[in-house]
Amino acid sequence: MTEHVLEVDDLHTTFSTPRGLMRAVDGVSLTLGAGETLGVVGESGSGKSVLGRTIMGLISNNANTEVTGSVRIAGQDVHEMKPGARRKLWGPEVAMVFQDPMTSLNPVKKVGVHITEALRLHLGLNRKDATERAVDLLRQVFIPEPVRRMKQYPHELSGGMRQRVVIAMALACDPKLLIADEPTTALDVTVQKQILDLLATLASERNMATILVSHDLGAVAGRTDRVAVMYGGRTVETSSTSRVFANPRHPYSEALIASIPQLRDAPHTVLRAIEGAPPNMLNPPTGCRFAPRCRFAQDRCREEEPLLRDLGERDVVHRGACHFPLEIAYEGVS
Amino acid sequence: MRKVALRIGELAGVLFIVSFGVFLMLSLMPGDPAVAILGEGHPPQEYADLRQELGLNDPLLQRYWDWLSGAVTGDFGTSLVPPQSDVLDRIGGALPVSLQLAVMGLAIALVLAIPLAMWSAARAGGTVDRLIGASMFGILSVPSFLAGLLLILIFSNGLGWFPRAQWVRLSDSIGGNLHHALLPAVVIALMELALFTRVLRNDLIVTLNEDFILAARAKGMPPWRVMVTDALRPSSFSLVTLMGISLGRLIGSTVIVEYLFALPGMGSMIVNAANQGDYPMVQGAVLVIALVYVAVNAGIDFSYGYLDPRTRRVDA
Repeated sequence: MTEHVLEVDDLHTTFSTPRGLMRAVDGVSLTLGAGETLGVVGESGSGKSVLGRTIMGLISNNANTEVTGSVRIAGQDVHEMKPGARRKLWGPEVAMVFQDPMTSLNPVKKVGVHITEALRLHLGLNRKDATERAVDLLRQVFIPEPVRRMKQYPHELSGGMRQRVVIAMALACDPKLLIADEPTTALDVTVQKQILDLLATLASERNMATILVSHDLGAVAGRTDRVAVMYGGRTVETSSTSRVFANPRHPYSEALIASIPQLRDAPHTVLRAIEGAPPNMLNPPTGCRFAPRCRFAQDRCREEEPLLRDLGERDVVHRGACHFPLEIAYEGVS
Repeated sequence: MRKVALRIGELAGVLFIVSFGVFLMLSLMPGDPAVAILGEGHPPQEYADLRQELGLNDPLLQRYWDWLSGAVTGDFGTSLVPPQSDVLDRIGGALPVSLQLAVMGLAIALVLAIPLAMWSAARAGGTVDRLIGASMFGILSVPSFLAGLLLILIFSNGLGWFPRAQWVRLSDSIGGNLHHALLPAVVIALMELALFTRVLRNDLIVTLNEDFILAARAKGMPPWRVMVTDALRPSSFSLVTLMGISLGRLIGSTVIVEYLFALPGMGSMIVNAANQGDYPMVQGAVLVIALVYVAVNAGIDFSYGYLDPRTRRVDA
């Protein structure tokens, strides 16, 4: 068995709120090997961002939060570690690219400082070496005139440029695992593709494992090896990305994929939205959480919760949590 | 250049309004310089003659004009009440005392408030936060004369660590000056401390919820470092603004502390002068305080540029 960069086993993240317990992540397991990329997709509120933060250990046990299950990064259980030891992982082992580059850079710190402070902290570089390396990192994320940019403040850069800085910041200490939490959601459409391609290129150059969290299936489609579809804090379907897109077996994945507008659609085609709203996580429905919105739902779905199971395909791992998975559309697609 | 000219214009406007307003109010106040000069028990005619001599019977606007035409040439006149010394000399003696007390008080408050606010904000809602919050409200509710008396009782009369009822000029002895100024400065600091801690704590809590704080933590920086290098500066706007206002206010209104410690500051000088109707004194002192206010405000505006690079403008 190859060494996994990340092993997540039966992870639960529960927040106690004034209105009751909110199970944001409710039993997620996944593994990721070096250089592998995993897309985590789902609607807002499906728990995907909380999953990313819990994996990193940014969300951990405290007065209002309970984390159970295990997250192992580099063989160590993130949630068993002392805070100081965990911080040593952040940078060299695991790093995160945040959603909104407008708010994830400190407005009063120069671009250069954002990158050099991590280098100096983790790698113990002196000011000169750290600056040199930061300039090099900015060059790697294709920021023009990196030396000049180092001395600028975030507000002097465009959104796309800022997200490149955020990426450079995350890559500074050569992490083995990168968690990109909706890295393009806040950006102009024209810039989104550039940033996603950049992330993909950097990940493969560095043989870095990547989790790409997104509500945008298009972003995940061509750039990840595997995909996990999340709904109501759980994984409802997971397989190779091409497999899930070609032949979704869970009605939710199918509906999600069908809701992507197509260029070949006739003008004024009504968007195929999924009826209803994501489940209330304070009080999730019994049985299958998707049942209230599922057009195939039967009585059993409303009573008995389906577990994630192997859907019994011959040559690929394809797991889903559905009592009545959709038929295999055409043989031979993998 | 235009900005500087605008500032000076603003300053002149403020000073004009302040001086005229104070002049009007003084004319409404009781307090007769003639009585203050001669003392009680003289025949009414003597007082009337003196008032005539001092020009107090002239119309209000003419008196203001007389004062103003002197003031613009830098002649603030002499005090009406003995010792009839030059107004500017008197202010020159009192202002350093008040300025020093205010600056020292603010410095003490700041040095204590920043760590307390950070500690409080880091544990927002926790025991430490509630404890600090309660102590600050406790301090706020103690009047400064009471706090001053208590400190004098304990540290001057009881322990004998600090002298009281004396003032040593900074130019005479730095050590002696600080020794004498410390206790009154602490009394001044208490009020400001409570205010500063509260304001900074609240702003810090808002800042700590920002994405860039999470991003800074995700780099593996220890919490105290995130607090100092990432959270403090963007959270300090209200604090700096408040500090500026406090500095201006403290220059002329530390009367209670000045009386308690028998310090020759601006506050007691103004109160005495106002009681005696000594309007050249009051006018001069108020004008100087207004000047300090405007200068401090300009300094604060300038500091915003340092605190937040987004507000920096490129001036042609």
